[in-house]
Amino acid sequence: MVRVIDRDEVRRLMEQGAQIVDVLPAREYGEDHLPGAVNLPLRKIEAEALRVLDPSRPVVVYCADPG
Amino acid sequence: MYDYGTGILDWKTAGLPVEGTNAQVPRLVDVVRRDVPTCSLGERLGDVRDRVAAAGWDACVVVSPGRVVLGLLRARELQADPQQLVDQVMRPGPSTYRPFVPVAELRGIMSDRNLESSPVTTSDGRLVGLVRRQDVGLGTIDP
Repeated sequence: MVRVIDRDEVRRLMEQGAQIVDVLPAREYGEDHLPGAVNLPLRKIEAEALRVLDPSRPVVVYCADPG
Repeated sequence: MYDYGTGILDWKTAGLPVEGTNAQVPRLVDVVRRDVPTCSLGERLGDVRDRVAAAGWDACVVVSPGRVVLGLLRARELQADPQQLVDQVMRPGPSTYRPFVPVAELRGIMSDRNLESSPVTTSDGRLVGLVRRQDVGLGTIDP
């Protein structure tokens, strides 16, 4: 189950070692992303998530904005 | 699994650091003066002017109790009749800019419009600070 969180909670989870995942296209990720975020574009996420992410740690996903 | 619903735009609007090629571009968050004096509606201008001068400034941002920007008092406004209230003198609803805006962009705007200073706010209008001409590499305005 996915829980929507705000900026303060993201920061708290980052301090606790959560994995931050940027689902935007690679070009946008390269321009700017949250500190320590990995890039898993939406079209690749199903295929790559198990390979890239540690299932024992929390995962925070984000994109550009709510729109 | 968590979803940061408001995304990286929210993060940048708050002036938080990012990584990537854009991170090297100077942005308003890097130059904004967070120590700008503030005042409230209903205050006497003379009291505000004394406080602003004591802090070494010549500008003051008018904010709500929640720090939403309501207006601006620049040097000219601060020299008005000290018995007037802030509301009667301030420049209401100034144009505001977000922390992630590049410095070069605001420099162009301030140069084109001959602005002395510009407030920087979050997306919900809360004051982050004030950017002055010298903070973006501009000289003073010719009288």
